[in-house]
Amino acid sequence: MPNSNTNLSQISAKARRLIVDMVYHAKSGHPGGSLGIADIMTYLYFEELQNLDVNNPKSPMRDRFVLSKGHCAPALYAALALKGFFPIEDLPRLRKIDSHLQGHPCIEHTPGVDASTGSLGQGISIAAGMAKAAKVQGSDYRVYSVLGDGECQEGQVWEAFMFAAHYKLDNLCAVIDINGLQIDGEVANVMGVEPIASKLAAFNWNVIQIDGHNYDEIKNAFNTARACIGKPSVIIAKTIKGKGVKMFENKAEWHGKAPNDEQYSEIIKSLGGEA
Amino acid sequence: MTSSKTAEYIKNNYIIGSEIATRVAYGDALCHLGEANPKVVVLDADLSAATQTNKFAKAFPDRFFDCGIAEGNMMSVSSGLALSGLIPFASTFAMFGAGRAYEQVRNSIAYPRANVKVAVTHSGISVGEDGASHQCIEDIALMRAMPNMTVVCPSDAVEAYNIILAAAEVDAPWYIRLGRSAVPVIHSSDYQFKLGKGEVLKSSSNDDVTIIATGLMVDKALKAYDILQKQGITARVVNMATIKPIDSELILKCARETKAIVTAEEHNIIGGLGSAVSEVMATSGVAKLGMIGMPDCFGRSGSPAELFKLYKMTENDIADKAIDVLK
Repeated sequence: MPNSNTNLSQISAKARRLIVDMVYHAKSGHPGGSLGIADIMTYLYFEELQNLDVNNPKSPMRDRFVLSKGHCAPALYAALALKGFFPIEDLPRLRKIDSHLQGHPCIEHTPGVDASTGSLGQGISIAAGMAKAAKVQGSDYRVYSVLGDGECQEGQVWEAFMFAAHYKLDNLCAVIDINGLQIDGEVANVMGVEPIASKLAAFNWNVIQIDGHNYDEIKNAFNTARACIGKPSVIIAKTIKGKGVKMFENKAEWHGKAPNDEQYSEIIKSLGGEA
Repeated sequence: MTSSKTAEYIKNNYIIGSEIATRVAYGDALCHLGEANPKVVVLDADLSAATQTNKFAKAFPDRFFDCGIAEGNMMSVSSGLALSGLIPFASTFAMFGAGRAYEQVRNSIAYPRANVKVAVTHSGISVGEDGASHQCIEDIALMRAMPNMTVVCPSDAVEAYNIILAAAEVDAPWYIRLGRSAVPVIHSSDYQFKLGKGEVLKSSSNDDVTIIATGLMVDKALKAYDILQKQGITARVVNMATIKPIDSELILKCARETKAIVTAEEHNIIGGLGSAVSEVMATSGVAKLGMIGMPDCFGRSGSPAELFKLYKMTENDIADKAIDVLK
């Protein structure tokens, strides 16, 4: 029974609150991008990824997920906790010395994490390797990876795009989170990556463009990707960095900063909760 | 490939005294692994003729992935393959595997402990005429400093073959340092590689000095042994094929039993075997240490023989250094 859009929205609202809590308690981390991909992460973990088993996180038949923009770990941890890979109570321990929740995803520490990422550009290559492995092994699991638009400035990303198309990895689906911002400001001003859709099409990828906060569009995009034969798919998702927290929305300065006590209370109030 | 068939192959192909590059043994061993273990896959970055992975590519085309001239992507792709249960051997030249793709090896392979064998050829100055841009003399230092990484450097074809088979048996990242030039076979076909254990090739109850060598310098160390014998000096010769984890026990034993140690490597004297041995000795301080290696400068174009002479890395230089540290 698929989740309704209402259900998915409720889950992503919970995820957003958890992301804010995590970064607030850690006093560091990356809230902007994490909030921006919360809807996509919710859809992935509650609708798209197949054969996940919280009791056997390394189940060989599971679909894999690689967070290539590893600094958005809070969004991944929120999804994994809500899914049941580990207790939600672990989340406020993000980045603490005794926590399994590292600043960037680590396969050795956290159940449900499929690849250690954080150094930009490498995750999409790792995902391509996993997709290639499925082809070699004759397995039908699929591999998903979320990248940032700023991340596409890394040359390795384009090496990976070449590789995936060359080997016709139609079991690979990348999502590029287009929020238009990076640490130093607007992507277009720092080092423009557009037109990204035509670049990917020229690299022989199946290109799908959506609003990354619209569940109908997200659903159609993943279904289109799944149906595509002979090419890897990329979903180019327009998002709002900091989505759901007015104070953060579309502001580069909230890329990698935690709210102080006062800001935190204000945010929680705006989310209709209690700090 | 059964072990008896493997031994037979080595016996018939790698005859003591004949000259074979370790990269040739790598290509041969990969073919045997391809037959023995369906999980073994091989990646290359457009150098499969030079690295000798083309032999595997021909025999097992479905398990060979050319990545083009994109080494960083190749290392991270290898991680993905390993995390999905395969055993990838990723090959290129040492310069690009350890140098260009350093951070991919570090973050995609060593950090998650991915079962990738980074097997590189054309290490050191025996690359020769291609010149310093392709002579990697820093790779042991780079890879040794990386947590979770095992670093091995075979001395001849027999040892290289053994190491490749051993690597496939261990679920851990390895850096395997291979060479371009043909080097003399010094091991018999029944040789067994033991990870983390130095191999004592020459020893007696009254050795004056220990020469610890790795890679193709082991053959030169054996020749230095003869030179020293003629001068009334008895050397102990150790082949240190595993540079990490280093055989501390053997180093300290040699340090206690002989008056001095000379290390010999086809690598910068900073950060490689000499450093690994000196780190062990610094905690014991029982013997003098001399190092043979690249004297912290880049190489240049020339024949390998000319280069070894230029940088004082011949058997005569090893012998001279042994005499020097004994003074």
